[in-house]
Amino acid sequence: MRGRAATGALYATPAAVLVGLFFVVPLLLVAWMSLNRWPLLGAPRFNAPANYTAIADNALLTDAAWFTMKYTVIITVLLFAIAFGLALLVQNRRPGVGFFRTAFFLPMAVGFASASLLFLGLLSEEIGPVPVSGDSPALGSAVLLVLWRFAGFNMLILLTGLQAIPVDVYEAARIDGATRSQMFLRITVPLMRPTIALVLTMMVTGSLLAFDQFWILTRGGPDNSTTSLVMVIYREAFIRLDLGSAAGISVVLLVLLAVLSSVQLAVLRRRSA
Amino acid sequence: MRTSYYVTGTALAVLFLFPLVWSGWASVRTDTGFGLENYARLFTSANGIRPAHVLNSVIVSALTVGGTLVVATLAGYAFGRFRFPGRDALFLLTLAILMVPYATILIALYVLLGWLGLEDSLVGLSLVLIVFQLPFSVFMMRNSFEAVPIELEESARVDGCTSFGTLMRIMVPAVRPGLVTVGLFAFLSSWSEFFAPLILLNSTGKFTAILAVVNMRTASHGSIDYAALEAGVTFMAVPCLVLFAFLQRSYVRGFTSGALKG
Repeated sequence: MRGRAATGALYATPAAVLVGLFFVVPLLLVAWMSLNRWPLLGAPRFNAPANYTAIADNALLTDAAWFTMKYTVIITVLLFAIAFGLALLVQNRRPGVGFFRTAFFLPMAVGFASASLLFLGLLSEEIGPVPVSGDSPALGSAVLLVLWRFAGFNMLILLTGLQAIPVDVYEAARIDGATRSQMFLRITVPLMRPTIALVLTMMVTGSLLAFDQFWILTRGGPDNSTTSLVMVIYREAFIRLDLGSAAGISVVLLVLLAVLSSVQLAVLRRRSA
Repeated sequence: MRTSYYVTGTALAVLFLFPLVWSGWASVRTDTGFGLENYARLFTSANGIRPAHVLNSVIVSALTVGGTLVVATLAGYAFGRFRFPGRDALFLLTLAILMVPYATILIALYVLLGWLGLEDSLVGLSLVLIVFQLPFSVFMMRNSFEAVPIELEESARVDGCTSFGTLMRIMVPAVRPGLVTVGLFAFLSSWSEFFAPLILLNSTGKFTAILAVVNMRTASHGSIDYAALEAGVTFMAVPCLVLFAFLQRSYVRGFTSGALKG
């Protein structure tokens, strides 16, 4: 039996090496880099905690943090509502439902950067059939783009949660005289808590890490008003050539996201218990 | 009820399909009618894309899909069918990659790849993309292997197959839907991934196709050639859409039999 354990360990070795080298090491390295003055070219030098204290003085970063939070709230609320609505619409097997599911999911097959370029043209005043203008066209375009691209994907995940609810639970409620909205609030939502937690966590994390859409649609403008947190990291590293500062912001963002997802999961788990 | 269902569904389907159809239409629309001039400009303008960029994308996608399939199959088999010290810890660590957004460790990966002599390298980029694929792929393959009846594997062993022979001849064919799903996802994400190559590739000669197309937009300080951009979007999207349509059935089967169990 020892031989069998060795065989199993051998099969797992390539994955272990890759995960160690390209996940564990970079994780430790980013923490170490954040404690050093680390120019893009040249030797690093220990300077902790200068990269962290500089964060508070970085005006662009504060603006970016506020903007990213605003964007995250808008996306999470709208995307969740639309994806849930779509999932409810296509949850039952009827003729044509496969076509609807595919149509809603298809935008996911287009890469996100490609999708951003698509919307750049679609919403442009030059060749776009639906030019977007108004007070903050930049944010609005990004929101439309993300809703289009990700609604179907989240619909599919919510759909698997919906379909895991046993039909007889609804039957029993119907016999007891429950209305449709009562069944939705008392059965569907509580029983879908794990799926809802997963989807919300992915939406929040994804939005806090927004980059492609703003890089391509607005390039952070006008006047840095649509600069996201990850764009600031990129700018610190490759425009200001200060990898240490970029690593400092990365570590803060990383800790924030880890706390956020564990809180979110804990809250949803406690309520369902 | 029935009618309103179909009216709502159809209206929404039109809304979701419209941007895709429009992009294809805009890519062939010219001042005088229809033609391929936008595609010609896409491939010839100063900041446009070159055949080498497309080749780079093909190389990165092939390396990522191949690497992901090999590593995830071996690891999925190990996690699904074997017990060994550190098994659960390694599995959790692999899933933890999902919890750490890769945008936050790319700066460190940039430095690390430099130390390994893999800066500005398609191989280095592919290795990173494989690692980002691992949580989903390993999870998926583990569940797929667990779903194969144990008798199938035992009968092969009784017939004298080696462990590796059993894996290749009996197990791999049995988990094909899972492999198709894993491979499709690896292709879709490596073909269109933008942020990782933006950070890890520096010279324009090494650019992947999507980097080159986006470069047409970001490098232009004057007016943007929107029509050529839509040609670029269509060019990038068609392989994904074709593959998606082609594999949709087995991919959906893999999704429901593997990813969502356990």
